[in-house]
Amino acid sequence: MKIHEYQAKELFRTHGISVPEGVVARTPGEAAFRAVSMKGWPVAVKAQIHAGGRGKAGGVKLVHSAEEAEAAAEAILGATLVTQQTGPEGKEVNTLLIEEGLDIARELYLGIVPDRKSGDIVIMASLEGGMEIEEVAEKSPEKILKVRLDPLAGLWPSHLRQVVYGLGLEGGAAKSVMALIKKLYEFFVAKDCSLVEINPLVITRDDEAVVLDAKVDFDDNALYRHAEISILRDITEESPLEVEASRHRLNYISLDGNIGNIVNGAGLAMATMDLIKLAGGKPANFLDVGGGATSEMVENAFRILLKDKKVKGVLINIFGGILRCDIFARGVVDAAAKIGMTVPVVVRMEGTNVEDGRRILKESGLDLQTAVDLNDAAEKIAAIVG
Amino acid sequence: MSIFIDQSTRLLVQGMTGREGSFHTGQCKAYGTRVVAGVTPGKGGQVHEGTPVFNTVMEAKRETGATAAMIFVPPPFAADAIVEAAESGLGLVVCITEGIPVLDMARVKKVLKGTSTRLIGPNCPGIITPGECKIGIMPGPMHRSGGPAGVVSRSGTLTYEVVHQLSAQGIGQTTCVGIGGDPVNGTSFIDVLEAFQADSETRGVVMVGEIGGDAEEEAAEYIKAHMTKPVVGFIAGLTAPPGRRMGHAGAIISGNSGTGQAKVAAMKACGVHVCKDLGRLGEMCREVFM
Repeated sequence: MKIHEYQAKELFRTHGISVPEGVVARTPGEAAFRAVSMKGWPVAVKAQIHAGGRGKAGGVKLVHSAEEAEAAAEAILGATLVTQQTGPEGKEVNTLLIEEGLDIARELYLGIVPDRKSGDIVIMASLEGGMEIEEVAEKSPEKILKVRLDPLAGLWPSHLRQVVYGLGLEGGAAKSVMALIKKLYEFFVAKDCSLVEINPLVITRDDEAVVLDAKVDFDDNALYRHAEISILRDITEESPLEVEASRHRLNYISLDGNIGNIVNGAGLAMATMDLIKLAGGKPANFLDVGGGATSEMVENAFRILLKDKKVKGVLINIFGGILRCDIFARGVVDAAAKIGMTVPVVVRMEGTNVEDGRRILKESGLDLQTAVDLNDAAEKIAAIVG
Repeated sequence: MSIFIDQSTRLLVQGMTGREGSFHTGQCKAYGTRVVAGVTPGKGGQVHEGTPVFNTVMEAKRETGATAAMIFVPPPFAADAIVEAAESGLGLVVCITEGIPVLDMARVKKVLKGTSTRLIGPNCPGIITPGECKIGIMPGPMHRSGGPAGVVSRSGTLTYEVVHQLSAQGIGQTTCVGIGGDPVNGTSFIDVLEAFQADSETRGVVMVGEIGGDAEEEAAEYIKAHMTKPVVGFIAGLTAPPGRRMGHAGAIISGNSGTGQAKVAAMKACGVHVCKDLGRLGEMCREVFM
C-alpha cells in the first residue's frame, strides 16, 4: 500500500525521524496562509499524489511570498500531473504539502528494500541525491552503495559505518546520517515496509540530516497487524473499479484495451492477457477470481467488467481443478441472467467435469460462445471485438 | 524416479483440522499420499477423519515417523509453523498459505539456512509425483505418471494448464513443483532444475515463470552452465503494466527490472526453448522432449 509524502512525514515525525516543518493545504487561500506561517522564505508547495517525478511535471514549486504561494497552489490544485510513474492518464492533485525551505549543503539518496532472493534487507545509498535513481542504477551502478543485513541479526553500527564511510561522509554529517538511517531502518521493520525511499536526503549547512522527500510502501500482506497504517489508504488515488473489486476480494487491474477477461489464478490470468494480445486483441483488464471462485465472485466480476465502458467483449478462461467446471458454469449462467449481458462472451473451460460444464452453458439459452482451447478462445473474442 | 517426494514420503499436515486443511488432506489421502498425522495446537489427542492429531510437530514426528509437512495455517501464524517444522527436523515443508508478510518470510529464510529442511512455497499449489504422492491442492487426476517431463512453476492454475496439455500429448510427468508466487520463497527454480538434471527418469523440464524479480534470468544462466537436458520455458505477463502487483505478491515490474521481455530474452540467450503461445506449449514439449 502506498501513502502520500505528507503522511509518510507525519509518521516519521512521530518516530523521531527528522523532517522539514510542513503542513497540508487543500485550497489556494489555505496554502498562502500556511506559507506565511513558515519560518521564512522560500517555501515549497508540493503536489501530493501517489507517484514520483512530480518536480519535472510541475507539481513542486518554490515560492517567496503569500501571493506566489497562492498562485502556485491555484496552478497545481485540480491539475492532472503526468509523470513517469502515473501512466499517460496522469493523476489529479487534491492536496498540497506546504513546507519550509532548507539550507541545503548536499543531497543524498537512501533506500531500504528487502532482497527477494536472499531475504536480506538492503540499504542503498548514493551521493547522487535528487536524481532518478533508476537512471543512476543504469548509467553508473558503481555510484550506488549497497549494504546487506540479515533481518534476524538486525542492524549493527558496523552497517551504518559501511554506509557513511562508503559514501565518504565525515564528522557531524556522518554522525547525523548514521542516526537517521538507524531510525529509518527501525521504522521499516516496525511497520512492515516494502520500500522506504528518501530522495533526497538532505544534509544542511549545520550538518543536520533531514528527509526532504519520502516514498514509503507497505507490505499489503502485513496490514492486518498495522491498523494505524491501513487507515492512511487514500482510495481517491485508486481506480474506483479497482477499489470495488478489492471489496469483493477480486484481484482486478484495469488496462486500456477493450476485451474484458475473467480468469481463475493470477498466473493464468496474466497468460490470458498475453494470449488476447497475441491473437490481435487488447486486454481491458487483469482479473483473477482466485483458484476456487464461487458463483457470487463470478457475478461480481461480471458487474465490474461491464461497468468499464471500454469493454466490448468478455473472455472467461477457467481451469477447473478443485473448482469443478459444472459448478462454475452454473455460476456463469446465474450471473449472466441476473445482471443481463450486454456484450458478447466467449467461455473457455477445462478440467474437472468439463463436459457437464459445457452442456450447462449450451443449454442456458444465453449468447455464450464456447471455445475448444486457449487459442480458439483468444481468436474468437479478438474476432468478435475486432 | 522422481524428485523430493515419492511413495515412501510420510506426511503430517499443520492446520489439518481447519476447513481448507481438512478438505485438501482428504484429497491427498484419496490420491494415495501417506498422511500420518495432523498438527493443531490444543487439539492433540483427537483423531480427525482417521488421522491422529498432535499439539506439536516434534511430537507428531516422534510418534508417527513423519518425513514431510504440508502447511494450511493462516498467514499470521504460517511463518511460525514453517520454523516449527524445520526445527523438528523434517526434511521437506510445503507451505500452501497465501499472504504471509514479506519480512516474516525473510526471517524464515534465514532460519532455514541453518537447517537441512527444504521449503516449497509459500503461496504455492504444492508438489506432486504422479501416481505416488501428492502434497498440495492441485487436482490429481489430470497428471500422468512415469515421466519424462519435470515441471517447475511460480503459478497455480497456470501449472494445471501446462500439465493438462502435457498429459493430453501423452507426456507424463516425473514430478511437478509449484515454487509459489511470493517474492521471498524457499525452493528456487535453480534448486528444482538441479534436482531434475540429476533425476535419471526426467528427460526434459518445463519451466513456467512470470514477471517480477530476476529468478528466471538466474535460472537461465544456470541452465546454460549446468544442464544437458532440454528446458521449455514460458513467461506469463508479457502484457502486464509496470508498477502493478498482478495478483501474486511477487509479480510486479519495478522500474526496468522484472519485465517479461527481459526474461524471455535471457532464456533464449541461454538455450531455453521459449514458448510464447501458451496454447501450443504441449505440442512444443512433444517436439522437444519426445
